[in-house]
Amino acid sequence: MTPKWEHFEHQADIGIRGTGRTMAEAFEQAAVAMTAVITRPDRILPRVAIRVQCEAPDRELLLADWLNAILREMSALRMLFSRFEVTVSGNKLEAVLHGELLEPARHEPTVEVKGATYFKLSVAQDEAGNWIAQCVVDV
Amino acid sequence: MDKSKLVRRSEWEWEIPRAGRMEVPGLLFASESLIDEVDDKVREQLSNVASLPGIVEAAFAMPDAHWGYGFPIGGVAAFDPNQGGVISAGGVGFDISCGVRTLLTPLRRDEVEKIRDSLADALFYHIPAGMGSTSRLSLDTRAMTAMLKGGARWAVSQGYGGAGDLECIENGGGCGDAEPDEVSKQARRRQTEEMGTLGSGNHYLEVQAVTEIFDPVIAAAYGLVLDGVVVSIHCGSRGLGHQVATEFSRRMILEAPQYGIQVTDRELASVPAHSPPGKAYYGAMRAAANCALANRQILSHFVREVFKSVIGDNELPLLYDVSHNLCSPEDHEVGDVKKRLYVHRKGATRALEPGHPDLPARYRPVGQPVLVGGTMGTTSYILAGTEESGRRAFNSACHGAGRSQSRSQALKQYRGEDVVENLRRRNITVKTRSFRGVAEEAPAAYKDVSEVVRATAGAGLARLVARLEPMICVKG
Repeated sequence: MTPKWEHFEHQADIGIRGTGRTMAEAFEQAAVAMTAVITRPDRILPRVAIRVQCEAPDRELLLADWLNAILREMSALRMLFSRFEVTVSGNKLEAVLHGELLEPARHEPTVEVKGATYFKLSVAQDEAGNWIAQCVVDV
Repeated sequence: MDKSKLVRRSEWEWEIPRAGRMEVPGLLFASESLIDEVDDKVREQLSNVASLPGIVEAAFAMPDAHWGYGFPIGGVAAFDPNQGGVISAGGVGFDISCGVRTLLTPLRRDEVEKIRDSLADALFYHIPAGMGSTSRLSLDTRAMTAMLKGGARWAVSQGYGGAGDLECIENGGGCGDAEPDEVSKQARRRQTEEMGTLGSGNHYLEVQAVTEIFDPVIAAAYGLVLDGVVVSIHCGSRGLGHQVATEFSRRMILEAPQYGIQVTDRELASVPAHSPPGKAYYGAMRAAANCALANRQILSHFVREVFKSVIGDNELPLLYDVSHNLCSPEDHEVGDVKKRLYVHRKGATRALEPGHPDLPARYRPVGQPVLVGGTMGTTSYILAGTEESGRRAFNSACHGAGRSQSRSQALKQYRGEDVVENLRRRNITVKTRSFRGVAEEAPAAYKDVSEVVRATAGAGLARLVARLEPMICVKG
C-alpha cells in the first residue's frame, strides 16, 4: 500500500489519520494530515531540518507526544513542516522535521492547531497489517 | 439528542438520570429545539463527567453545548476538594482562559459608517491576527515571569491601558494565586513573540453596533446605548496556554492511578485538586490565565491606538472581560453548607448575581456582564447575571453560539470568498488573511445564537440586556 493521510469528522475540531506499512510511516502520515489542517503541505518547502525526540509508556501516548512535539516546534520557531522522517524503536521516537519559516502571505495558514488530544486516539494495525495512527486535534 | 433518555424537569431543564458510575445526574439547559439539534455524544460526555470523583450537584451543559473531547464544550462541573474532588486539565481545555472583552466607544453607528473602510483597514493592519502573526512585543525571562504573575495588572504597569480597566476584569485583572514556576520552559518559549496576538480559528476582533436594548436599566449601567458602537475581542492564552494544557493533560494520565483514579477516557484524566500534581496544574493554569488577561489587555491598547489615529480619540472604556475556559475556586452553598469548590467551565461564562462581592462596585446593583459571542455574520449578546444565577449551575451561563457543522462540512458547503461577499452585502466588512478559514467559520456552521440566549434567559442563567450586530470583523 501507499502511505496516505486523511481527515475525519468531529463537530468542533478535526480528526487526523495516517496510514502506513509501519508504525513510523503511519506517524509520518498523521503529521502530514495535521499540517494539512493548517495549510496545503505542498506549499511548504523543506529548507530546514529540525530533530525531535519523544518517549512514552505506550504507542498511543507516543503518537500524541509526537504530534504535540511538532506543534511545539512550529509555534516556538514560527515554522511549518511538510516532510517527516520517523524512527520508532520500542517506546522511543526520533524524527527529523523538514520545513521552513512561516510566511503568512505565501502559506495562507487557515487555522492554528492548539494541541493533539487523546480523543479518538489510536495506533493499531488493520486486517491487512497496515498501521493506522489517528486522533482529534484541537483547533 | 434522543429525548427518551432524558427527564424533562422544566421547559428549559433536561436531566440525564444517574446510572452506572455516575456520582450525580447530568443537567442540560436548553429549549426543545436545541435539544433536538444537539448530538447524543454530549449526553455521553456529560455522563462521563458526572462520574468523576468528588463532583457536586450535577454535571451541567449550557444551551450552546456541543460535543468536544472528554468534557463537552459548554460544560460546567464543580468538585469538592475535601471529598476527593478532582481538578482536570481536560475540563479547562487547551486555550486556557480564552474569553471575550468588550470596549465601549464614543461613536454611533452612523459615524462608523462614514469611516468604515479606514477603520477596518487600520484595525486589520495593526491587530496581529492569524497563525504566525507577531506583535512588536518580545518578552525576556524576567518580563515573562512578571506577566505570568500579574496578568492584565502587569500589562497596565507596562503602559498598556489604565488602572480603570482592571476593576472591569475578572479577578481584578490578575489571578493572584498563579505560580509562574509551574510554567515550563517550553511553554514560555512558545510565548516569547506571541503577546498581543489574536490567534486564529474562531478568534476575532469585531466592531459591533448595539441594535436592541432589552433591559434599559442594566444597559445604562453597562454604558450601552441604542445605535452605540462597541469593540469586542475574543482570544486566549496563545501558545503558552496550549503548552501548559498539553503537558498537564499528559501528567494527569500518568499520575491519576497513584490516587486510585481509573482513567477510562484519557481526556477526562484528573487528579485530586489538593494533590501535588493538582496543585501544580492549578498554579500553572492560573498563570496561563494571566497570560490571556495580559494578552487581551495589550490588544485593547492596540485598538485604542487605532481609534486615536482614525478618530483622534482613544477613550474606549472597558465594559468587562470574561474568561470562558477556566477552573476557579469559588464558594457555593451545597445543601445548607458553604463550600469552596473547584468550578471547571469549558466553554461557559461565569454569571454573578447582583450584590455578589466579587463584582466591581459599578456593576454590583445590576449583576455581572455576560459577554456572548456570535459568529462574524450574526449577532452577539450582552447578558447579565440574575438573582437566580447563583442557584443555577454555580453561577454559569452560555459563552457563544456553538458549532452545528464540522469544519470539513463547512468547507465542503461554503467558499470563503462567497461568505465575505455575502456579508459585505449585509453591510458587514470582514478582513481576513485566509478565505479557507472564513469558510470553516461560516456563520451557517453555527447554531442560532438567538435561540441559545433565549434558552439561557428562559432557564434563569442570565438576563438579556442588549443585542450587538457586527459592522467590521477582523478574523483571527
